[in-house]
Order: sequence, then C-alpha cells, then structure tokens
Amino acid sequence: MTSEPSRAAAAPPPGTTRATRETTRRQLLTRRDRITLAVMAGVPTVLHVALVWVTALASVALAFTTWDGIGFDSIRWVGLDNFRQLFADNPQFWPAVEHNVVWFAVLILIPTPLGLFLAVQLDKRIRFSRVYQTAFFLPVVISMACIGFVWQLVYNPDTGLINSIIGANRPGHYIDWIGDPHLNLWAVLVAASWRHTGYMMILYLAGLKSVDPSLREAAALDGAGEWQAFRNVVFPTLRPTNTVVLVVTIIESLRAFDLVFVFNKGAQGTELLSILVTGNIIGESSRVGYGSAIAVVLLVVSLAVIIPYLIATFRKERRA
Amino acid sequence: MRPSHPGPSVPSPSRRSLLRGAGSAALLAGAGTPLLAACGGSGSAADPKAVTVGSNASDAVPKKAFANVYAAFRRQSGITVRVNTKDHNTFQEQINSYLQGTPDDVFNWFAGYRMQFFAAKKLAAPIDDVWARIGDNFPDAMKKLSKGEDGTYYFVPMTTYPWAVFYRRSVFTRYGYEVPATWDQLVALCKRMKKDGLVPIAFGDKDAWPAMGTFDQIDFRLNGYDFHVRLMAGKASWTDPKVRAVFDHWAELLPYHQDGFMGRTWQDAAQSLAARKAGMYLLGSFVAQQFTDRSALEDLDFFPFPEIDPAHGLDTVEAPTDGFMVSRSPKNRAGVVRLLEYLGTPAAEELYLRTDSSVVAASGKADTSAYSPLQKKAFAMISGARNLTQFMDRDSRPDFTSTVMQPGLQKFLQNPQGVDGLLASIERQKKTIFASS
Repeated sequence: MTSEPSRAAAAPPPGTTRATRETTRRQLLTRRDRITLAVMAGVPTVLHVALVWVTALASVALAFTTWDGIGFDSIRWVGLDNFRQLFADNPQFWPAVEHNVVWFAVLILIPTPLGLFLAVQLDKRIRFSRVYQTAFFLPVVISMACIGFVWQLVYNPDTGLINSIIGANRPGHYIDWIGDPHLNLWAVLVAASWRHTGYMMILYLAGLKSVDPSLREAAALDGAGEWQAFRNVVFPTLRPTNTVVLVVTIIESLRAFDLVFVFNKGAQGTELLSILVTGNIIGESSRVGYGSAIAVVLLVVSLAVIIPYLIATFRKERRA
Repeated sequence: MRPSHPGPSVPSPSRRSLLRGAGSAALLAGAGTPLLAACGGSGSAADPKAVTVGSNASDAVPKKAFANVYAAFRRQSGITVRVNTKDHNTFQEQINSYLQGTPDDVFNWFAGYRMQFFAAKKLAAPIDDVWARIGDNFPDAMKKLSKGEDGTYYFVPMTTYPWAVFYRRSVFTRYGYEVPATWDQLVALCKRMKKDGLVPIAFGDKDAWPAMGTFDQIDFRLNGYDFHVRLMAGKASWTDPKVRAVFDHWAELLPYHQDGFMGRTWQDAAQSLAARKAGMYLLGSFVAQQFTDRSALEDLDFFPFPEIDPAHGLDTVEAPTDGFMVSRSPKNRAGVVRLLEYLGTPAAEELYLRTDSSVVAASGKADTSAYSPLQKKAFAMISGARNLTQFMDRDSRPDFTSTVMQPGLQKFLQNPQGVDGLLASIERQKKTIFASS
C-alpha cells in the first residue's frame, strides 16, 4: 500500500506528453525535484517503518520480557521463559495452532472449489447472472463481527433456528452448537465458508473474464467437452488467480479472529492464536510479554508459509 | 489481489497536486499526534468548582441514578461533577492505559483485590482523610474491603449485591419443596426436581464468568473464607486436596445443571427460571433484571447457598461491591475529598437506590424502608455476613482469572473426570502469572 505513491512518482502519469518526458530526462534533477522525491519516498517510508517494522520488532523484543503494561520501568527480561511456558504449560496453545491449521484446510478444500464452481457457472452468462453474483457476494460485504453475531443467533441452543427446527432444544436432546468442543469449530467454519465462498467466487470470476475467448473456441473446435476444456485449457490459465487465492486463504486462516470472538470468545474447541494474543494483551493488568510471544509464533508461522511459496512463484515466473 | 480486467479510468493527479496532498498528509500526521494525545485528557486544568469522574455506568439505569446523585451534590456544595462515561466492559479493558494517561479525578471501580492491585501500582491515591469522616457509616466488612494491602484506604463503597440461589416461590409451593439448608438436602432437592420434570439448576456459561460464581460458593462453604482468600491471592495451591474436594462436590451437582450451558448466556438461563422450566439458579441478584413481568418479579425469592461444612456455616457472602477511587494526582484534590465524603453518606446511597433498585446500599446506616422485599433480604444477608467476598475475578489477578481460570473451569464442565490434570495445569500457570510483577 505504501509503495503506491512512490510508483506514481517513478512512472510519469499517462497524461504527460512525450515532449515533456524528454525534457525532464535531459535535465539533471532540480532541487525541487529532489525535495519532491525525498518527500514522496520519505513520508511513506517513515510511516511504513514506524507502523510496520518498529511495532513488529518491538513485539518480537517484548516476547522475551515480562511486562504488565504499567510504566516502561517494569519491563523485565526473561529470555525464553515465555516460549517455554507457552509450549509446555499453556493448555490452549496447541489446540489453537491445530484450529488455525484446520481453518486453512477447510477453507481451501470446501469454499474455494465451491467458489470456483460458482464462478464458472456465472461466467456462462446465464440469466440473472448479476443477481446470483450479488447474492453470493453479499456475505463478503458484511463485517465478520456481524456474521458471527447472526450465526450465533442461528446456533443458539434454546431459541436458535436450527435447534428449533429439529427440536433439539429440549432437555436431554440438546445440541450445543456454540459450546460443545466437538461441534463448535465446525459450526463456526460453516459461517466462515459461507463468506469465503463468495470471496473466492469473485476472485475466480475476475480471473475467468481475462481468459482469452479464442482459447475456448479453439478447444471447442478440437472437440473438447466442457469438462475437458475447463481442465486442460481454462484452469491452467487461471494460475495467477490461484496464487492470489492461496495467499488470501492463508492470510484469512491465520488472522481468523472476529468471527470466533463474537461467536463464543474462543471458548474450548475454538481457540485460535489471534484470540490468545488478544486475551493476554488486552484487558487490565495485561501480560504483554506473554501475549507478544504468541504473536511472534503467529508471525513465524505466517512467514514460514508465505515466504517459500512466494519465492517459488517468483522463480517460476522469472523462468517463464 | 488485482483483478485483471481493466480498472476504471481515474484521471491521474499531477505531480504537484500529489505533492500538495503529501504535504498536507504529513501536516495532518504531525497535527494528529497532539490531537491523539489530548484524547485521554479531561479538559481544562484545575477548576476549583469542578471535579471530573470517569464512569463505567454506561447502562441507562445506573447512569441516571448517578446523575441524580451528582446533581444533589452540586446543590449542596456548588461543585460541578463532570462525568466521562465509557462502555462498562471497555472501561474495564482500558483501565490500565486510562490510569496511566490523564485520568479523571475520581473513577468508578470495584472493591477487593482489583482495587488493591492499582493501589499497589501507585495508580490510585490514598484517602484516609475521607475515611476519617465517613468511617462510622460503614460496617467492618466494608472497611476491610476498602483498604489496600498497605492498610490505608483507597476506596469508597457505594452499592453492593449478593450472589445466592434464586427460585420462584410459586414453584416451591406447588411441588412442596423446602429451601435446602445443607448440601445433602440440596442434592436431594435436585433429584426431586428432575423427577418432577424440571431443570433443577438453570445454568449458562457462554460468557465464561458464571461458572466462577459456582466455584466460589462451594469453595468458601467447604474450605472457609480464609482458604478461599489465600487461594485467590495465589498463596494456596490449586493441587491441594481441598480444591480437589470442591470439584468433587461440583461434579456431584453437575448432572442437575441445565444442558447445553456452554452456548447459553446468563440471560437465557434466567429466562428458563422465569418461565418455571428451571427450579433454581445460582447468580447475582441482577438476575431480577430478566424478570420483566411484575408478578413474576414478586414471585422471585432466594436463599443462601447451603451449608457444606458446619465449621464455616453460612458465614461468608459473595457480595461484589462497587464504588469510587481517586486517580494518582487529581487536579482538584479538595473537591475530590468533598465529593467522596458526600458519596460515603447514607443519603447519597439512598438517592442512588431510588433509581437503581437492583442493588443495595453499602453503608449499614442507609434507610431500608423503601427497599423491595428482595432488596431487604439481600441487605440483611450482606450486613449479617462475617466475611464478604467479591467474586473470583475481583478477588484475584484479572489476568489469571481471564486467561487461566475461565477456560479451565469450562474445561472442567465439559470433562469433569479430568480434574487432576486440570488442577496441575492451573497451578503451573498460576505460579508463572503470580511470579511476574
């Protein structure tokens, strides 16, 4: 995001004529230009460093301390203690890691193919295509917190829609969608998938629009069926979209927070790393050091997943 | 994430306008810092005719009740109270940074460990001078609750309410139940209710704190007040067989709790008591808020959680107490003293209770003639108690109760068999939390 203005500065705006471009190139940079450049590159850099790097590094540093958030002189260095406690003593940590992984697996296995399927259908210019598009995309527009709120009404054990319909709100027949640790993660994943499907659909729809129609024509002329054409011609051309989809899904599953927090505050069965971070840092007499340690784990996991993938992708693109 | 179809053609800004934009953005960012810093500020400096109060009374009824009290104070003293109200939970979550920034002169807070914590951190000012005037208005148990660990006063109590077992009189009459006085009678009553097709004990633990109330009751009835306090303060061990016994008792009662409690809020659980589907409900007296029907409210009654160990009897009542503290360097110290002296009078409490009838006065001298029968009973129960506790999350470190005890108790409720492993884990985590600062 912060790189936007500097890119705009490097490439002359499309409106400028060829002549002016040549004159600026011939002259050395004037003083004013240099100031302009310094401000344009400097302001975003300062903001980026202050808001991203300094805070991230401060968080990493705090992970090796204990601090209750009251006055800077109460920060004490404890080395690896936070991590030792986290890995050995925190009964919520490993379940949280597991749930983040499950979250990713479910999102990539169910809503993503479903979104692709919907996109392919909508791409056929069927009637009312816009209406369907809007309907499937609407959940993406709603904030996660609202989605969590709406779904916890649906899942409410006493008055919720589901239990009322199937008659599971009588003593002895209860299905506790929100509280039962064997059920609640799946219940909340239904809500997450409901939203993610629409998101994936839009991404794939955009990708499909850019597929050269002549490719399909050629495939049709060669006698390829619909499925064959999709599998061998259309899908391979969607590779850039797939990269985006994968990265977006990984990010979604690592930052999953709001939905669950509203749903049941990350009670047993739905613990997530992000909720553990918030639970430890926000609030009175907070455990800033310990919470930062969890945040660092989350950061390392994100980097470990994203960096190799991006390196591989860029390498492939350079070769191509 | 850039869709590959051509984007809308927006006329691109010239370099100069971009630059101007960047300049003003930088200006904005520069100006933003003092603006942000001023956010926590409480307005103008020392005005001898005004005192600022940071309030967590965001609900309509208490907000109005406090407004009436401050208006009366103004008429009496000529000092205006400027109230800065924040959402109840937000206030609590931000209390750390609030007190370190530029807090109001006086702020709403809770008695007990949660008050002592901020006193020990020097984020609150001692008010022994106020107590020299108001001390006679309060019973000894309240005095104990208002002192920091150093023995000086930091807190002026205003209102309190008890935790007890609530029931509907009509249900008890209809089935011929009697109020249980001992643990065995309680278990027997639960069995009878189950046979009669009632949910014996209404329960909802979605918000994770109600379970702490049940633990408190069983613990101080079984092990006594002193042990409970030492356990909450991190001094007694959670692996002590006494704690194990608490969970054994609880497990005996658990089959009579309402099903599906992990997904139910206390409000919904209270509704099942109001609808006569459940026989009893252990909660604070705020349960009455859910009894919107007048006849149902008049039918509501309560009894103290029954005796378990005769050595302790019913000597302890869980009575969370709300009141006021003074921030570390109030701008108008003289005005603060006058305000607190007023708030510590029975008259101020009576005025408050005229609007908010869900609580009772903390002072032993307040007039009780306007009380509802429920309030009268609550008042008698609290003033007759030898010891008052404040609720687990007010009697212990909040970081411990929120990150360890809330999930821990929920784990027990799901799997009552795994107590030993759970208690060992709680003890390990407790040690590290209580060791840190």
